Amino acid sequence: MKPAWFLLFCLLSSVLSPLNAREAAPLAQDEAVEKRMVTISEELRCLVCQNESLAASRADLAQDLRREIREQIGQGKSDKEILDFMTGRYGDFVRYRPPLKGTTFLLWFGPFLLLVAGVAALVAVLRRRSRRVAAAELSAEEQQQAEALLKDGEGDSGK
Amino acid sequence: MNRFLLPLGIFIVLVVFLAIGLNRDPREVPSPLINKPAPAFDLPQLHRPEARFAPKDLQGKVWLLNVWASWCVSCRQEHPLLVELAKSGLVPIYGLNYTDKQEDALRWLKQFGDPYALSIVDAEGRVGIDYGVYGVPETYVIDKAGVIRFKQIGPVTQEALEKTILPLVRELQK
Repeated sequence: MKPAWFLLFCLLSSVLSPLNAREAAPLAQDEAVEKRMVTISEELRCLVCQNESLAASRADLAQDLRREIREQIGQGKSDKEILDFMTGRYGDFVRYRPPLKGTTFLLWFGPFLLLVAGVAALVAVLRRRSRRVAAAELSAEEQQQAEALLKDGEGDSGK
Repeated sequence: MNRFLLPLGIFIVLVVFLAIGLNRDPREVPSPLINKPAPAFDLPQLHRPEARFAPKDLQGKVWLLNVWASWCVSCRQEHPLLVELAKSGLVPIYGLNYTDKQEDALRWLKQFGDPYALSIVDAEGRVGIDYGVYGVPETYVIDKAGVIRFKQIGPVTQEALEKTILPLVRELQK
């Protein structure tokens, strides 16, 4: 879908949603299962509305995936197995916290590299500036000259 | 002079990165299933619900698996291209009717034409999940050994068909 169409779709569906509100999804009988499902799905991105987590999204796909997670919890799968199930199908992108590996190295450490570079640049600039300020101090001769000029000025204004 | 060169250089690099980033489609997420065996399934056919279909029935053939639904607006956009492709007989297209109702699906095919060798029904979207479907329509190119070689996310365009899908199909058919 083109972005504009998608936006239109989102707008329309949000306007029309009260009209086609569906029955509430059946609540899981087991509260513990539901809690675990929410914890897991908060870690996952909904690929239909990418800025929403799987836990928050009301997209059909998100509902199907939540059902899938619920069932897998029921089958006694571990959190890691369920996350692997999702990344095996949708890629690392579904995880809000992508695994650390070669291709995600910059993603994880890029900000710190930038920070280090920024601090280094700041230190370099400050050092250069302080050197310039030190060089700008007057020699004894210049000091005398300056004082003489100041005295002259006072004399002039007194007349 | 040197003072301005460095910030300017950094700025240009930044602009280049941002320009590349802005021109990429964030909705196209690379599939981890490329070059992996197409997930197995066994589903009823749309036209004959008593008959079933499994990908292993097509071992030794190159085929396209097109995920579609009657509620999917952009499916209409690509549909004429698929109908034309089916007529050309270059490669068989199998439809995965995704979270749809049978009557809607059949009516849709009657209205817009049926390019599919056959359609299979994934009423609950479970096979869709196995294939990592998230934006219908999606089209998979599956080779003779049953391995997914390419995935088109969103409607198949003339350009994608001519530049990517058909050359790949020809290559795989050799």
